[in-house]
Amino acid sequence: MPRDRWLPIVKVPLFVLALVPFAHTAWRVIGGASIDPVADMTHASGDWTLIFLLLTLSITPLRQLGLPGGIIGLRRMLGLFAYFYASVHFFIYLALDRMFDPRSIVHDIGRRPFVTVGFLAFTLLTPLAITSTHGWMRRLKRNWSRLHRLIYPAAACGVLHYIWLVKRDLRQPLIYATLLTVLLVWRLVIAQRRRA
Amino acid sequence: MLIGKPCDIVSSEITPPDVYLDRRRFMLAGAAGLLLSADALAALKYGTSPLSVREAPNSLRDISHYNNFYEFGSDKSDPAENAGQLKTHPWTVLVDGEVETPRRFDIDTLLRLPLEERIYRLRCVEGWSMVIPWIGFPLATLLKQLRPTSRARYVAFETLYRPTEMPGQNEGLLQWPYREGLRIDEAMHPLTLLAVGLYGNVLPNQNGAPIRLVVPWKYGFKSIKSIVHIRLTASQPLTSWNLAAPNEYGFYSNVNPAVDHPRWSQATERRIGEFLRRPTLPFNGYGAQVAALYRGMDLRKNF
Repeated sequence: MPRDRWLPIVKVPLFVLALVPFAHTAWRVIGGASIDPVADMTHASGDWTLIFLLLTLSITPLRQLGLPGGIIGLRRMLGLFAYFYASVHFFIYLALDRMFDPRSIVHDIGRRPFVTVGFLAFTLLTPLAITSTHGWMRRLKRNWSRLHRLIYPAAACGVLHYIWLVKRDLRQPLIYATLLTVLLVWRLVIAQRRRA
Repeated sequence: MLIGKPCDIVSSEITPPDVYLDRRRFMLAGAAGLLLSADALAALKYGTSPLSVREAPNSLRDISHYNNFYEFGSDKSDPAENAGQLKTHPWTVLVDGEVETPRRFDIDTLLRLPLEERIYRLRCVEGWSMVIPWIGFPLATLLKQLRPTSRARYVAFETLYRPTEMPGQNEGLLQWPYREGLRIDEAMHPLTLLAVGLYGNVLPNQNGAPIRLVVPWKYGFKSIKSIVHIRLTASQPLTSWNLAAPNEYGFYSNVNPAVDHPRWSQATERRIGEFLRRPTLPFNGYGAQVAALYRGMDLRKNF
């Protein structure tokens, strides 16, 4: 099947599927099933930011492993969902954790390493979300892909943010760290081979 | 010098001995409970206490489905799911060490002590809090019976170690069994409670059945659950979270908004059931009763 025929067939259900975590958490919170709604919303949005970042970073290796090249057409959507969940995460922090108090926000970001790297990750992702359109791709030309390499440090900061905040049980953040390492090392290996 | 409010319980508020000593009726109620429902068996008789706070308690569902009890998993929903398999009967608590008469208590003996409800605030080191209507008796009541020696300066506590029923103990998140400790004056303080129930019934397993410590002015992890061993000692005992991360969790771990956890602030907390954070109070609001225990101590150093 040509690329433009199957892409919408995959893309539309994937779009709906990507909203399921949001809907599920909203349902639990609104329905009163969540005992600590703020913690649940924070954790779910943080988790899904990392998951969508990893999915975004998987597209290129998957193509290199032989999946149809057309899946690149899903990458922007996955990346924007990462930013969507990151925005929800950041908004919950600003509104419910800091109550929009600018002094407390600045103090917190400057003082706590796990907040600093989390904020850094969100900051790095923001220009990528803004320049995700075709218009910006045209305008930035070669610089577009250079700019979008910021996803690597952003994902690394996101994972570090998680590692630094857990009290004791590092298993979940270390799964993310392992997957991210595999995805980044893969790129290094490919780049090395091309050079050789 | 008079510190804080009077702590004595008016005698009219204590369950009369003929009620709690009426073993036959207790047994009969138990037998009936077996036939009727587990609830009847689990109901406790208790009085009230002037040491209770006048704040609305969290619901039983909140209290029993949002737990840090790593013996049953590290997620706060894990204990409610996994603690059902814990056998809390038969159960004994050995009290020994620096006492004149060491003794092993059967849980049924302890359940027959005069019980009272103590509605306490609980502040977790993670930055959330609840209000919980515990039922229990002062730890001092138990310790005094055994006549601590003059060398008893600390009290060490241990949780049950039974990996077959506590799956978290098969994982090395903490050194098992869980251990906690208090200074003897903290242990003897009237606020320090051994809880055997909440909301009128025996403790749900995930809340530390059948007997746990409650020290309301300290971070929640000090209030060790499912205790099998209490030992009075001359030297400061080792404690689980301090062993795991000594720079993050001190021996005292008094609730203190002025001393942050190395990685997050302790200035505020979120009361479960509320959306916005509220300020954390020194000693979790029990400063009038307990601040004198720490007079002259550098609480930043002894965090």
